[in-house]
Amino acid sequence: MLKQRHNFFTEWWQAAGVGWFLAVRQIRRASFTTTGLIIFVMTLTFLNLVVVSGILVGLLQGSTDAYVKTYSGDILISTLPKKTYIENSQGIISIAKNLPWTKSLSARYIESGSLEAGYKTRTNFRDDPNTAGGQVVGIDPVAEAETTDLPSKIVEGTYLTKSDTDSILIGANMLKKYLPIDAPGLSLLENVNVGDKVRLTIGGGVTLDARGGSIVTGGGGETKEFTVKGIVKSKTDIDQRIFMLDSSLRPLIGRGDYNVDEIAIRLKPGADPLAAKAALIKAGAGQTARIQTWQESLPKFLKDIQDTFAFLGNVMGSISLVVAAITVFIVIFINAITRRKFIGILKGIGIEGKAIEVAYVIQSIFYAITGIAIGMVIVFFFLKPYFAAHPIDFPFSDGILVAEIPGTFIRALILLIATLIAGYIPAKLVVRQNTLDSILGR
Amino acid sequence: MSQPIIKAENLIKSFKSGSSELVVLKGLDLSVSAGEFLAITGRSGSGKSTMLYQLGLLDRPTSGTIEIEGLDVGKLSDEERTRFRLNELGYVFQDYALLPELSAFENVLLPLLMQGLTKLAAGEKAKLALEKIGLSSRFNNLPSQLSGGEQQRVSIARAIAHEPKIIFADEPTANLDAETAKVVLDAFLSLNADGQTIVMVTHEPEYAALTHRIVHLAEGIIEEDGKNH
Repeated sequence: MLKQRHNFFTEWWQAAGVGWFLAVRQIRRASFTTTGLIIFVMTLTFLNLVVVSGILVGLLQGSTDAYVKTYSGDILISTLPKKTYIENSQGIISIAKNLPWTKSLSARYIESGSLEAGYKTRTNFRDDPNTAGGQVVGIDPVAEAETTDLPSKIVEGTYLTKSDTDSILIGANMLKKYLPIDAPGLSLLENVNVGDKVRLTIGGGVTLDARGGSIVTGGGGETKEFTVKGIVKSKTDIDQRIFMLDSSLRPLIGRGDYNVDEIAIRLKPGADPLAAKAALIKAGAGQTARIQTWQESLPKFLKDIQDTFAFLGNVMGSISLVVAAITVFIVIFINAITRRKFIGILKGIGIEGKAIEVAYVIQSIFYAITGIAIGMVIVFFFLKPYFAAHPIDFPFSDGILVAEIPGTFIRALILLIATLIAGYIPAKLVVRQNTLDSILGR
Repeated sequence: MSQPIIKAENLIKSFKSGSSELVVLKGLDLSVSAGEFLAITGRSGSGKSTMLYQLGLLDRPTSGTIEIEGLDVGKLSDEERTRFRLNELGYVFQDYALLPELSAFENVLLPLLMQGLTKLAAGEKAKLALEKIGLSSRFNNLPSQLSGGEQQRVSIARAIAHEPKIIFADEPTANLDAETAKVVLDAFLSLNADGQTIVMVTHEPEYAALTHRIVHLAEGIIEEDGKNH
């Protein structure tokens, strides 16, 4: 029994050695054009496998990244249901600031409101006023800039400073020139530019339509004139917001108790949001506020789209894999068929079938590994940096290429296994043919 | 001559083509002695190559038995037949049958590696075989860089490198000019003089005349079996 096992391994070892000997020479002395073409196909197959799903996931990743960077931070604290603001806000802010993981935080006052433009030049009062509704957000511009990337999302004008008591930033989705949609009931500001005066009315029962546009349904709060200092465009919900200094908004909404509506916390690099959330809850912050990690706070539609895109990515990846396997099968099959006579000769002179199969499997692995390696270089050294620097401009996000090293290696491994099987089967089919028929080409 | 190294009895080989059956070998009996140089001759379609393929274990007869050194090779599995060919038999094909991507040396080396020899030992044997056949200066040339005669000699070197019991040659001079054919035949004669058993198919009477014995086939039967010298 032991001897048989020894023979089995010895035979396979010999077959592997001869297979390697044959494969190396077949690859080395094959036509450069043919080899190059096969490797090119493998590279494209790998790119198809990684990039198509990577772009799909990247569409949402861009949106999620923007959500975290411009809005939620790593932890988002918001009001409890049926509460108008976060009670004991200053106590919670103090707890959050004292957490070892906290890098910065931004406390925000939020109220609905509407803007009106062109009221000084309006002559016909039977015409609809030039108005748009949105959420009015009072911020400390320094704290906000430390917590989110809001300043980098200013596409016109400049960011707020602490002295800008009469200035506001307007979200791009409130302006006709950034959201050129005509829909019944949708009201957007027309002909508003940086430096223009606008009138802000707090309250007013603003509602949002499905496209993110606002529908003004009524007015009736405090009204004050502001100068437009900048336009914000981030492809997130903050494009529907009006930003101003917290010190300017507090008197308008009567929030003398300094209780805020939203607190975004940015954690130090590497900190775990779940641990920070747990610490906040343990310190009692959860009694008067809803505490969520950025993932938990993602809007449901974004999560649903994420799941859908991930599913689509997997479906397309699976199709790519099947296509890759068929490609390799065809390539190896044609290679084996055209070399059928030589396979017959090899068997005729006593070369075992498994050695010939090993030779073809090694060739398949060579094509796959070389194609994958070139594909990896293209993905990680060209495509990923390129899309990071030049995101794809989609209406709802700046699409990047998501290709993490572990996930990419798993795909590469799956492709390699598929290639191995796809290379083995045709070799086996040709090797199994009658030796003499192969030699004589019958 | 010594005892038979090959013994074939009532060898029949037929091919089916649709509903018809073509019988190529019609019950042949043949024995070949160790150290013998046998020529199988006959016209095209007489069954000489088919007979060689059966004796050389490249094909299975429809019926009949073949014994090589007393072993009934018909009972061997395909895998065992491959191993048997590797260790006990050598082949020289009409069209040389060299692997185009392997050099002359590598073509000879390959079966030796399959036998499990170390690269060094296999290399020594391959070198010796090529030197024996007078090709020591063309070790690293690919088949495409060799003349027909040189390719056939590489093929012979490959056939003899592992010291087989029998060499089967299927019209080894058919693609060669007379001068080159003589070089190849001289190589066979030299090997035979050292005791090598050779079974050669040829349609050239003058080459057959150089062997010990001629078996002439006609329409699948042995028409004549005679010794030369």
